[in-house]
Amino acid sequence: MSSLARRPWRAHSILPGFGIGLGIAVTALSLIVLIPLAALVIKAASAGPAGFVALALSPRTLLALRLSFGAALIAALVNVIFGVIIAWVLVRYDFPGKKLLDAAIDLPFALPTAVAGIALTAIYAPNGWIGGLLAPWGIKIAYTPLGVVMALIFVSLPFIVRTVQPVLQECEAELEEAAALSGASRLRTIWSVILPPLLPALLTGFILALARAVGEYGSVIFIAGNLPGISEIAPLLIVIRLEQFDYAGAAVVGVLMLAISFTLILSINSLQALVRRRLGYV
Amino acid sequence: MSVSVTLENVAKQYGAFAAVRGVSLAIQPGELIALLGPSGSGKTTLLRMMAGLEAIDGGNILFDGIDTSRLSLRDRRIGFVFQNYALFRHMSVADNIAFGLKVRPRKERPSASEISRRVSGLLELVQLGGLEKRFPSQISGGQRQRVALARALAIEPRVLLLDEPFGALDAKVRKDLRQWLRDLHRRTGHTTVFVTHDQEEALELADRVAILNKGLLEQVAGPDTVYDYPATAFVCDFLGETNRIPVEIAGGRAHFENIPVYQGLPSNSHGKAELFVRPQHLKLVEPGGSPFSGAVELIRRHGSIRRAEVAIKGLPKRLDIDIVSQIGPAIGESVGVRITHAQAFPAG
Repeated sequence: MSSLARRPWRAHSILPGFGIGLGIAVTALSLIVLIPLAALVIKAASAGPAGFVALALSPRTLLALRLSFGAALIAALVNVIFGVIIAWVLVRYDFPGKKLLDAAIDLPFALPTAVAGIALTAIYAPNGWIGGLLAPWGIKIAYTPLGVVMALIFVSLPFIVRTVQPVLQECEAELEEAAALSGASRLRTIWSVILPPLLPALLTGFILALARAVGEYGSVIFIAGNLPGISEIAPLLIVIRLEQFDYAGAAVVGVLMLAISFTLILSINSLQALVRRRLGYV
Repeated sequence: MSVSVTLENVAKQYGAFAAVRGVSLAIQPGELIALLGPSGSGKTTLLRMMAGLEAIDGGNILFDGIDTSRLSLRDRRIGFVFQNYALFRHMSVADNIAFGLKVRPRKERPSASEISRRVSGLLELVQLGGLEKRFPSQISGGQRQRVALARALAIEPRVLLLDEPFGALDAKVRKDLRQWLRDLHRRTGHTTVFVTHDQEEALELADRVAILNKGLLEQVAGPDTVYDYPATAFVCDFLGETNRIPVEIAGGRAHFENIPVYQGLPSNSHGKAELFVRPQHLKLVEPGGSPFSGAVELIRRHGSIRRAEVAIKGLPKRLDIDIVSQIGPAIGESVGVRITHAQAFPAG
């Protein structure tokens, strides 16, 4: 009878398959994510504490990290606005070519990022279609940090649209009618009735977009110009260190990116949990 | 506070489909009126037009004699309760109710303390005191419906419109809420229009029942009148169970296969017709007591009463007859049938 008295080490669930499910999940996660990342940390440690700090605090590293995360944050925020508007248009209105537009949203997923980078550069370079228009005003996009932001907006756009779209689809028109009959203006209705339920999805989309943008490499290197300290992103710095056989130096930047990304995602996730509770999701 | 609502020849067209085809109806201030009809009869469309949620394709809707079509939704001051509540689920019960007050322009907005005073008053009124901090997902369906009603009342509406207010609730809760809504109406006195497809609900609640069919108004009258003196065959059929007996009428007397069965009809009616008789208006008598006779084939329980099914020679369907006395007939027994009340409509 001792087996009955013993406290189980996990809560009993009537759904079978917990053991094998968790086993497969942990194995897969280890092989694909955890072990490679551990190797990265070990490699970075080979630089030694003093070396690590010196590499981490070198101006070039710091500036590259600042550009990478700063540009990714800006790109994700811009996409929050445009993504919601695009999702809104796709859900609420019927127009010719709607299916085409809907499909086009996913193109940044499918396109090789280098192609995207070259296309963006061609258009936004000072002699390109749009870049040419902006040049007289003294606005340069390609080969500046602005270009980096542009490329990141492009690659991370689908995330917000695709996370917000289904939630918006579920939002009943009756809620808007109820708000209008209660006397709310259109703007007030959008702000107090439509947007709040979108927040959790919006945060999810924001995390995905941010994560995608931070890790982006292919499209950025074509449009950025890659001047160290100005338009050089952290992933590029890693590649440069690798090409110089400075493996420990590359790993240090990698570990820093990993740490910052993890902290960001973790805090946004907890913010999301908070929002969900505040919004009455049980 | 309460206003009269007048519909003048109101019409609504969805493409080729005429949802509402010229409905006129005068609703008195403070009246509780039911729009009753099967699905697709245009009752919800009519309600939504009164609210201003659908454009009117023809006719006018007047509130206290004033045309509403130019008014914004806010200025109409209409309390509307949706079938699926349409509560703001990211807001607490109290915030839902206060919504209409909080969104008023600053000049007209009551102070925060006044808003919270009114919200707690409304919560008392709908008997939900203590639930103000809950979210809609944390309360029951009946409670949600009452929150929706409190939200509609918060803006001090001139007219209260309810779209299938109890449609999504189970039978027991429906019954309770019906009673409660009747009491609430008596206390607040709002001009109230509610849509329902449940005839029992309409008859029990409303001062007057407006019965719609295929976008047309069939009859508007008090519950007793529409039930006992239906204007059309449709109304008679829709409001309750009926037995239909094909008859020949001459001088106010109805004959079924040359047997006189009923003589209470208007004396100027003549010709072929169908006699509509409710189960409670049929009486079982001794076999010799009536020339209209048949055999009991089945007896079943029907709520609080028992009901006999009597086969009559020459009638394709058995007659449903309510058994009022304790001692019922036996199955197979021959019985006479007497009709105590009936309506005749042209055979269709």
